[in-house]
Parts: sequence; C-alpha cells; structure tokens
Amino acid sequence: MSEKKKVEGDLRLDQVSKTFGDFVAVDDLSLVIPKGSFFALLGPSGCGKTTTLRMIAGLEEPSSGKILIGDTDITEAKAYERPVNTVFQNYALFPHLTIFENVAFGLRRRGIKDVNEAVEKVLNLVELAHLKNRKPGQLSGGQQQRIALARAVVNRPALLLLDEPLGALDLKLRRQMQIELKWIQTEVGITFVHVTHDQEEAMTMADTIAVMNNGRIEQMGSPADLYENPRTVFVANFLGQSNFIDGEVEASDGENLVVSLKGSKIALPKSRNNAKSSSLKLGIRPEKFRLHTADEKLTGNFLKGGVITDISFFGVSTQYLVEMPWKQELMVFEQNDGGAPDLEKGDAVTLSWEPQFTFALDGDAK
Amino acid sequence: MSIAHTSSSEKVFAPAKKSHRTAYLLLAPGLVWLLIFFAFPLLNLAETSTKTPAPSFETGEFVQTFRFANFIDSFSANQEQFFRSFFYALCATVLALAISYPLAYAIAFRSGVWKNFMLVMVIAPFFTSFLLRTLAWKQILGAEGPVVSVLQFLRILPADATITATAFSVIMGLTYNFLPFMTLPIYASLDRIDYRLLEASGDLYANSATTFRKVTLPLSMPGVVAGTLLTFIPASGDYINAQLLGSPGNFMIGNVINSRFFRVVDYPTAASLSFILMASILVLIVIYIRRAGTDELV
Repeated sequence: MSEKKKVEGDLRLDQVSKTFGDFVAVDDLSLVIPKGSFFALLGPSGCGKTTTLRMIAGLEEPSSGKILIGDTDITEAKAYERPVNTVFQNYALFPHLTIFENVAFGLRRRGIKDVNEAVEKVLNLVELAHLKNRKPGQLSGGQQQRIALARAVVNRPALLLLDEPLGALDLKLRRQMQIELKWIQTEVGITFVHVTHDQEEAMTMADTIAVMNNGRIEQMGSPADLYENPRTVFVANFLGQSNFIDGEVEASDGENLVVSLKGSKIALPKSRNNAKSSSLKLGIRPEKFRLHTADEKLTGNFLKGGVITDISFFGVSTQYLVEMPWKQELMVFEQNDGGAPDLEKGDAVTLSWEPQFTFALDGDAK
Repeated sequence: MSIAHTSSSEKVFAPAKKSHRTAYLLLAPGLVWLLIFFAFPLLNLAETSTKTPAPSFETGEFVQTFRFANFIDSFSANQEQFFRSFFYALCATVLALAISYPLAYAIAFRSGVWKNFMLVMVIAPFFTSFLLRTLAWKQILGAEGPVVSVLQFLRILPADATITATAFSVIMGLTYNFLPFMTLPIYASLDRIDYRLLEASGDLYANSATTFRKVTLPLSMPGVVAGTLLTFIPASGDYINAQLLGSPGNFMIGNVINSRFFRVVDYPTAASLSFILMASILVLIVIYIRRAGTDELV
C-alpha cells in the first residue's frame, strides 16, 4: 500500500508464539528466511506450520514475538498492508470474477490503473493466457493452481507464501508443478515460503527446509543435510525412513568410533556422531543396506543372522523386511538392477553398509 | 468385436433411461397439482376475462363475447391503483432489503452460537397467521395504540394525527410481512461464501470495506435477487395490508381485484386485472433479472 518505502529483505521471526486457549500451536519460534530463497516449513498436520504461515500473512495475530521483513516490523500490520501474498491451499479464486480479474485483483487494490501488461505477462508465465476470460469454475485443478500462483506473483510481493499449494493435485501433476514452481521462483526471484507435509515436495523445491514438530523447529538445513544427517529421530523418520539400532561406543580409532552393535563391532565416522553420551541410537537408511547371502565373506560394517520375513516389489526397488536375532525388523531397499542376490522369504542374510552412511543420535533420543 | 462393443454401449445407456423415468415420477405429483390447481383455474380466469354481462343483467351472470377491450377498460379505470401497488411494493422491497442485508450478514458471520436461535426468530412470525399479525399492527399503530400515544406525548405527532390509514403504515405492514422472504435467501447466499475468499481478498490488499464491495456483495447477489423477487411479487399483489392498515386512498390493485370478485361480482374486470398484474410483474422481473446480470449465479 505504502509506495513511499519499499519493504524488503530477510524475513525474521523473533520468538514468535501462538496459543489457542491452552493449546500451544507455535512455541517460541525464531527463524531467519534469507531474501530470495525457497524455504519450506515441513511437518505433520498440527505441527504449527500453517499457523506460522498465517501469522506471516497477517491472518493470525501472534500471541507474542515479532515478525520483521528487513528492518520493518510487520507484527501489527493488517493482512492488506503487508507486502506478502499467499497461494491458498484450496486456491480461493474469486468465483464471480474472470481469470483476468482474479489476477488483476491485487494490482487494482493498490490503485494501479494499467494492469493489462502485468497480468498478460504473468499469465504467459503460467502458460494460461488463453483462459483469461473464463471463470475459475471452468478450469481444472492444475489450471486453478497456476492462476492462484499468478494472482500472487503478479503483485511482486516481498514474500510469497504457499500453503500446501499442491495438496489437491494428483501425483503426476504434482510432480510437474513442483518443477514449475521451482522454475517460476528462480524466474521471479521472490522469497517463497512453502508449507507442506509432503517431504518429497519440500525436498524437490526448497533450498532450506525447517522441520517442525509440536510448534517447534526440530532441525533446519538443506534437503541433503537433513536427509543424510538428521539430528532427531523425528526428522530421520519424517524425511524418508530410518532403521535405528541401539549401540554402545567402545573405542576411538582415528577418524572413526568403534561401536558395539548387538555383538558386532562396526565403524562410525566421528563427523556423523550427533550423540553426547556413549550409548547411541545408530541410524541407517533402508537404501544404504546391502543384502548378502549368509555364507558370503564380508569386511567393514555388517550384521549377521538376518532372516527375510517379507518382500514387496515397488518397481524401481524391492523392499525387504529382515528379522534380526534380537527380534528387530530392519527395512532394506534394493535397486532392481540385478545387483542384489535372488532372495526369498525365509532366506538367511547378512546386511552390510558403508560407514559414512551411518548417523548416530543419543540413545534416549526421540 | 463390434457386437461386443454395441452391447457394452447399450449397457452404458440403460441407467440414463432409468433416471429419466425416475425424474418424471418425481415430477408427477407436482405436475398433477399444478394442472388441477393452477393451469385449469388460469384457463378459466382467461376465459372469464373476455366475458360481458348477460342480457338478463342478473348479478353474476356473464356470457362469452371475446371482448378484449375489457383489458383496456379495466386498466384505464384502475391505473392509479396499479401504479400505487408497484410503488408501495418497491418501497417495501427497498426497506426490507435495507433491514435484511445487515441482519442476514450478522446471522451469517457474527452470530456464533446464536445462529440457529436467530434464524428461528426470523421465521417465528410464520407461526401466527398473516391476517392476525396485520391486525395486531392495526392495534399497535391505531389511534389508541402505544405508538401514537408515545409520539403524541413526546409532541412528535400533533394530537389529532394518526398513523393508520396512511401510505406509511401500509408500506410498513408490507415490509414487516415480507421481511423473512428477504432475509432468508440473503442469509443463505452469505452463509455459503467461503471465508477463505475473504481472507484471500485481504491478502490481496483489500481492506474490509473493499472486500465487502468486491467479494462479499457480488457473491451474495443471487440471494439479494431472490429476496427482492420474493418480496416484490407478493407485495405488489397484496391487499390485506392496504385493507387493514390503509384507507381507500391507499388501496392497491389487490384491493380492487378483491372487491370486483367478491363485492361487485364483476368477474370479467377482476379476471382481466389479474392478468394485467401478472403480465406486468413478469415484464418487470425479466427486466430486473437482465439488469442484475446474475442469471448464471442463481
């Protein structure tokens, strides 16, 4: 609204909390989202991610804390005063207006007279210029999604918020839109804050992901960092799947720690140990395991005595459930590229893995 | 191959035929009712409208002479009441809209747990008869009634003034009696509005006044159109309010038709007036709906 001073810069949440009665939706959240980045808030439903987004949009008021863009405090600003636009989960396109007028809505409200050029340009960006005279009801879900994006992007906000924007689309369209969204973000260079419960969606698009749980951020980092080196059991299981085996640090050996894991001695690189105590939860991703027949001679990290209890074929890979002597079932993914031996239910197997794919958390970590 | 194809396509069409039959069955009671109680009386009325008094000049005896001039005669004799009817109905509709929109808005968006109670209160007047309610207003607004007494006591009204037997009280009665027909459709269309659209409007730099003007109001137009029609149509044909709350100087076309039918026993005039009323309402509605431009939203 105020053209006098352009609000821009990093988005900063400073000790923001939001309570609904006794329920703490967002708990003392502090966060910096750098200008121009694609940031994802990832978490299960009820973790506070949507509430956080709504507070940034101005649709909810924080119970305490501050929200700033650059050095401008927008905590008290009304939704319509903020240089922030939202792509709503259900798109929330105005059913009584044409696609053109939907997209022009924000521009007109800011008193811009000549909207044609900007609207045409953004409609071309989402490749739907030919539908500008239709009403939203005449568009498919994927088209509506793009219009919702165009309606927000056209305003060139300092910040674009996306609330589960792809939730209503089918898998194929979702994959396609993930790539398009990322491309559009690069194209327009606006800061995107994306809320989702879909880890794949977050990992595909975001530069930085914050995993939220119970109103707090569990861990923040690049997708690869979060996946390869999760700091909590929650993060390890929310981004992909993990096998956890309890172990005990026995000795230090140069770069590595020697860990006793249910009777076997295995190596754990020190750089991948996030535990403070000597009792560990050792995490190994299912796809990092290799399956071997029981009689194969192995060196390095391996666990003997497994029995296959279940096999599921997934196309690109096969999932095996392997019961270990200590009655724990471990999950193993093998690529269907002929690398794995032919195995059947009931076969005895040994599991091996490369030490650098291990990560360690405190034994009592949750 | 082609045989198999044909038989499978037949299977696809079979349910469609069945649903057609179901549709007719569902419509049947209504159609029969319409035929007996609407189409037949309407034809009868049409036939009556071109009759002339029987040569015997006996009261209530008429013969069919196809005298279409009846329409012109009855219209020119009652122009004043026609225009008064539409004027009163228009005033009542505008007043009812002015009262109903904020009321419906409050019920739809601001009533919280009181929503159902407030809706029952809107419908509550229907628990008593239309006639009794209007008679009650005659008492309330009458010379001995509380309204006049208080206004006279406050010297707002002169001592000899009355409220009944004026255009004001007739319009007030019409407004009161048809208010629920305005409130309920507007409420229904406001209640249907997705609150996320209002949030989206705020997100796109519209303050609450602009959001109302650009989003809420256009989306509630189907309710406004339905409400104004449901108020204007019965109000323009009404005669109870003018009879009970007005004087002969406030009589509407309904009063004329009523007295032609039941007092003067001039069936052809009454019938032709009824048709003129029907036709003019129809024309007004068509123009109105065209202008409102909400046909695709209704």
